[in-house]
Order: sequence, then C-alpha cells, then structure tokens
Amino acid sequence: MSYEIHFSGESRSFPAGDPFLKAASSKAYISIYLGTPFEPDDTKAAILIELGTECLGVHTGENAGEEGSNVLGFSRYRNGDDAPSNLIELVRQPATLAPAIKAAQAMFEASGFEVALCSDQAGRIIDRLMRPKYNDALRFLDEGLATAKDMDLTCRMGLGYPDGPIERVERGGLAHHHDVTKTLFEIYGSPAYAPPRRAIVAKQRADLK
Amino acid sequence: MTEIRKVGICGAGGTMGAGIAIVAARAGFEAVSYDQSSETLARAAKQTEGFFTKSVERGKMSDADREAVLGRMSSTTDLAALADCDLVIEAIFENLEVKQELFGKLNNICADHTIFASNTSTLSITQIASGCGREDKVVGMHFCLPAQLMKLIEMSPGLNTSDEAFKLAWNWTEATGQIPVKTQDKPGFILNALLVPFNNDVIRAVEAGVADPADIDKAIKVGLGYKMGPLELIDLIGLDTQIRLCESFYPVTLDPRASAPPLLRRMVAAGHLGRKSGRGFFTYDSNAMFGA
Repeated sequence: MSYEIHFSGESRSFPAGDPFLKAASSKAYISIYLGTPFEPDDTKAAILIELGTECLGVHTGENAGEEGSNVLGFSRYRNGDDAPSNLIELVRQPATLAPAIKAAQAMFEASGFEVALCSDQAGRIIDRLMRPKYNDALRFLDEGLATAKDMDLTCRMGLGYPDGPIERVERGGLAHHHDVTKTLFEIYGSPAYAPPRRAIVAKQRADLK
Repeated sequence: MTEIRKVGICGAGGTMGAGIAIVAARAGFEAVSYDQSSETLARAAKQTEGFFTKSVERGKMSDADREAVLGRMSSTTDLAALADCDLVIEAIFENLEVKQELFGKLNNICADHTIFASNTSTLSITQIASGCGREDKVVGMHFCLPAQLMKLIEMSPGLNTSDEAFKLAWNWTEATGQIPVKTQDKPGFILNALLVPFNNDVIRAVEAGVADPADIDKAIKVGLGYKMGPLELIDLIGLDTQIRLCESFYPVTLDPRASAPPLLRRMVAAGHLGRKSGRGFFTYDSNAMFGA
C-alpha cells in the first residue's frame, strides 16, 4: 500500500536514509507526518502522525472520550539513540475509524514492520511498562542491592532477556531516560515514573555542556 | 566445617525441588529428596527419569551417566533421613512460619556443620534463619524455574550468616555448574524485586485498556527482544502464584506496584490461572510442564 510523507526536520522513527523514506510516493491514500503539523483530510485512508512522548490528542484535540477519525499516531520504538527496532506502536483513539486502523497496520506490515496497536496513553506500551523497571534497577544500584553487572547478568540468565536493565538504560542514554520519565511522571503522578537520581545527574551534566 | 558431599532437598515433590535435586545429582552429589507426600515424590521421580531419558535421547548424556545420576538420587518422607546431609535446601511452601519451623526441626536432626539454604523468592533470609539455632549457617539460594535448565542462582547471606558458610554454599553452587550472583537480603532479591511490580504493571495496563494482551506481548518481544512476552510469562508462572508473590512482597515493601491488581484477583476467582488451567491472558491446549 502506497504512502506519502510530509517531512520536516529529523524523525526518530525513520532516520535519514531509512528505506521506508525512500519507498514513499508523491501522492497516496495514506499520509504520514514526520515532525510537521498535519492537515486533516477525510479522503485519505489514514493519516499517521509520528509521536514523541506526547499523546495523539495533543495534535487532534479530544472530545470527552469520543474523539477519533482517520488520524492515528505512531512511533517506531527505539531505545534512546540505539538503532530503531522493527516495532511500530500504533496509537488509536476511542472512535478511530476501523478502516483507518486496518489500512495503517497493512501499510506498516507490508513495509516489514510489526505493529502493536495501543490506546492513546502516555508512554504507549513500552515506555509505560519499562521505564519504572529501569527506575527500580537504578535505585537498587544506588542502594547496593547488587552490582550493575550482576543485576544485568541476573536478568539475562534468569529471564532470558537479551540485555539487562542497567546496560539497556545506560546505552539508551540516562539523560533521555530523564526526559521520558519526567513526562510520564507529570502525567501519571506515580512515584514509579519519577526520574531517578542517576538520570537527573546525567541530565544536569548534559545541560552543563 | 566439612566439604559438601550429600545434599537434602525439602519440598522435592514440587517442580522447583525436583529440579534442584536434578542439579545436585547431575553434578555428582548424593541427593536426598524429602517431601511429606510419597505420591508427589513418586511423581517427581518419574518426571526426573523422563528428564534424564530425554537428555540421553538428545545426546547430552550417556545411558551409563543416566544410571549413575539416578543412582545418586533417593527420596524419603522421613525428615530424619536428612541427618547426614552437608547441605539442606528447602523449596517448600512460601511461608515464613513454615520455613522457620522446618529449619528448627532440621537443626535438631542434622550435624552441626550442615548448611541450610532457602530457595525463597520473596522472604528475608535473616527472618527465615531467626530462631533456628544455626543462624550463622543459613543462606539464601534462589534457583530460577525450571532449576534443571536455568543456570542462575541468586545467593544472599542473612545478617547473621558467617562468611565461611556463605563461601561454602557459593563454592557448591559453582561446583554444580550453576552461576551464582550475590545480592543483599532484601525483598525479592534481584529477580522478583524487578519482576513482581513489573508483572503487576503489565496486568494493570491490560486493565487500563492500554492494549490487548497479544499486542502488549508483541511490543515487548519485538521492541526489546524478549523471548517471551510478560503476559505469557505470567500465564506460565500462574496467576494464583503471582497473587501469592504479591502477598509476600507487598506487606514488606508497601510498594503499591507490588499489590495484586484487581484484574488478577478477578481472573483467579474465575479459574483463569494461566497455562496450568488452560486459560489465563491467553488460552492453551496443553499444560505440559517445562523439562518434565
């Protein structure tokens, strides 16, 4: 299924040179907006807005739980500055049109991605679930529960993870982790999302530069 | 203190205990499996034979090795039969009083040098050891399920554990080919301290309508490269077991994320226990156990 891209600046989902950018058409029934304000157009099968840490409702507005149209949000998951994964988190609203969801899923899958559909909640699936876990691990490290190496080894060997929480969050960037958790903490208010000490330190050091 | 040659396993009729007995015997130690029920011991013995038979079929051990390993394994319903063990590992019901009572009894049965190890996943080693009469020889030794396949063991000294006892237990772990990781004696050690709240977060995400279980598992597997999605793992652990973990964990930590989510309790009340009941967050045709 063909798609057109409205592009401005950088995209976290599709860095420069990504094959997905090259395969775009000039005029198509699916419009993808990367870093630029979207134009509503109900003649399109779907309109897809790349999201950062914000909700889709920031772009579309909300209406007492009845919001929804042919506009969806999406983000290709990547851990900080790691290479983007093959996962697209596709964000719907309560009244998003079913054909638009179907068209978006089909287009991404035809491009070789795997799609997980989620509602328009902060952190979508992965950040919502994983950031508190990274916070726990960073706190345990400060409290001396075990060494970083042993915590990572435990998760790799005990749970079969490809990497441990400390190595993963550090690889993704602690300052980035600070920014994501700060946004989630503002929305949810749960201490589980509060930026941990090590992320705050990393953010402050980054700001010094 | 003497070298460890003979190992007793309490609760060996269960999946974890049976796996620990396999680990010990496979590494050349005599392994005495104890349980109160002869029926569960018999079932575990049958599963153990099946496990080693498969190992032979897969070329991982010879017939002679299989017979030798099985020859080092015995079982009993008499706790006194553990009298000459150098190390006793308990993998019984996750209840502080029950574990304390067991170690108190064993203290009167076993030799002075015998080390007691607890496979607890959430309870304090110091509390389990408290009052048993040999607090300096009690260590935490948390195996991962299934023990016969997973190499990692979280090892924790209690506040009164002697360096000598901990070192001896550590050396034994290495001698079995397992990989020990040292943690402080804190609730859940590393694995469950990370996993119990995380699993509850995932259940709450389902309850909050963030995504369907299949989409959550897909996101975690594809995005992070996990072999198993979190909800598939909860189904494997058992939803009733997840509640028990919460009930051990929450009163100690008072972390709201460690409290059992309402959806979890509703599913257990409905009989949706996970893989073992054929239905949890997903449905299953088979309830076969790993490694059996």
